Amino acid sequence: MGAQYQLNRADFIFKNENDWEEILTKILNQTPQDLINELISSELKGRGGAGFPTGLKWKVAAEAKASRKFVICNADEGEPGTFKDREILERVPYKVLTAMVACGYVIGAKEGIIYLRGEYRFLLEELLKVIEEFEYYLREIGQTFTIKVFMGSGAYICGEETALFESLEGKRGEPRNKPPYPTSSGYMGLPTVINNVETLAHTYTIFKYGAKKFYDLGVQYSRGTKLFSVSGDTPKPGIYELELGMSVQDFVHEFGDGDTKAVQVGGASGSLVPRKKFMDTAIGFSGKLTGISLPTGGSMMLFNSSRSMYNVLDNYLEFFREESCGQCTPCRVGCQQLLIGIKAVKRGDKPASYLDKLIRLTETMQHTAKCGLGQSVANSFSSIVENFREEMIY
Amino acid sequence: MSPIQILIKELADQYGRRRECLLPVMQGVIERENYLSEYSIVEIAREMDLPAAEVYGTATFYSFMEVKPMGRFVIRICKTITCSMKGKNQVLFAIQDMLKIKVGETSADGRFTLLQTNCLGLCHKAPAMLINHTPFTNLTPEKVRDVLSDFMKK
Repeated sequence: MGAQYQLNRADFIFKNENDWEEILTKILNQTPQDLINELISSELKGRGGAGFPTGLKWKVAAEAKASRKFVICNADEGEPGTFKDREILERVPYKVLTAMVACGYVIGAKEGIIYLRGEYRFLLEELLKVIEEFEYYLREIGQTFTIKVFMGSGAYICGEETALFESLEGKRGEPRNKPPYPTSSGYMGLPTVINNVETLAHTYTIFKYGAKKFYDLGVQYSRGTKLFSVSGDTPKPGIYELELGMSVQDFVHEFGDGDTKAVQVGGASGSLVPRKKFMDTAIGFSGKLTGISLPTGGSMMLFNSSRSMYNVLDNYLEFFREESCGQCTPCRVGCQQLLIGIKAVKRGDKPASYLDKLIRLTETMQHTAKCGLGQSVANSFSSIVENFREEMIY
Repeated sequence: MSPIQILIKELADQYGRRRECLLPVMQGVIERENYLSEYSIVEIAREMDLPAAEVYGTATFYSFMEVKPMGRFVIRICKTITCSMKGKNQVLFAIQDMLKIKVGETSADGRFTLLQTNCLGLCHKAPAMLINHTPFTNLTPEKVRDVLSDFMKK
């Protein structure tokens, strides 16, 4: 290990400054090109988990030629162990709305949509009130941007951007093939920028304090801060804003209960890090210099030694089996067979070597499934089975 | 016109009759009825000029759109990993014991339906559940009994 990581707390996102009118004016006084440059030089990457550079996304959408474009805020936060977006929309919704207007201004869109998951229906009334106030102000200053809230109805897969478009269009939330990418053909086949709630909130920070302030935090390839949703066996579950690039060891030192056996980074679709790898694993987007790096949408679940990793995997697979949209065979059949498979090994109906066969099945899913759901089952499955093999068998 | 037909017409007038208005219309019916009956599905299809099979296919994709009758209060308890680790089963047993229903069933008086659901995004306050749209967190068997007693009076 070359680099030494440490845990650095930050406080940008939830700092309630209520200065959005001022920031909005500042944004609208710059040219779209300046704003794009600001975002690109901040090296902000998408905070939903996939990590696509946000500045580039806005740039491509700005260059797309169309009479109508959309800005969509993805608030279909469904990954097990993630709850940061709800908190942002509850506590600082105006930051997200300001960022949506900024994005609309940059790419030339007049319509914004927030796709809010059905489970968060209880946020709706407050959110609509804030939007009403916000739109009133926009009209005052002569902006014609509108923001609508569209409610989901309970489907994890709708967090996948193209499935989300299908759902917005009134259909089953089944992912589309990519390309074409949303920036050229998204909602209604028109150029669309779709950003996670947290990503939008970070752009507010960047436009307010400048790209340098953001860039100076974190490590190479993983700049800035990130919200972490901490849950499981920890004395202090909750949401924490931390600089990217810390090691899992440092994280556990801060949040563990002294008996942490493993940490699930990135929810059910992420990877499990066992104790022996805490030192060598960093939290951030991977790059040449950073060794093993795990990207995350912010879900950090801690397990102590009283937990059976078999039960954990069983719970994840049950989740995937239910949430798989059923459109493509590798995912639909794969998720079911994995669950049947580990149960059979546990009962002793299948030999331990059958686990290797199941790992190969997840590899097949990784290559052949249509979207991130089926592809990422391999992450948690292989990291759990490889590190806790004996718990799967006995 | 039946009350449902009137409701569907009102919703379609409010949201529109294009395909992308289908989810809000269905959600509006569920808000009133707690589920989509076969009759509502056919009427939505008629009002929006869609095949009923399309409407049914779309509705059954979403776990919050039920196509069988639900109680007035739909309890959805989270069964994903953190809630499950933090004692979801004890809470679930307490609910089953108190309401005399199992998961998937509706109480005889039509008041409660008990369902399990996937991650509600309340993991730091696990175990959690929703009753209709309202979240309840940090549940224990004692706490859930108190919550349900309040709902029994409603």
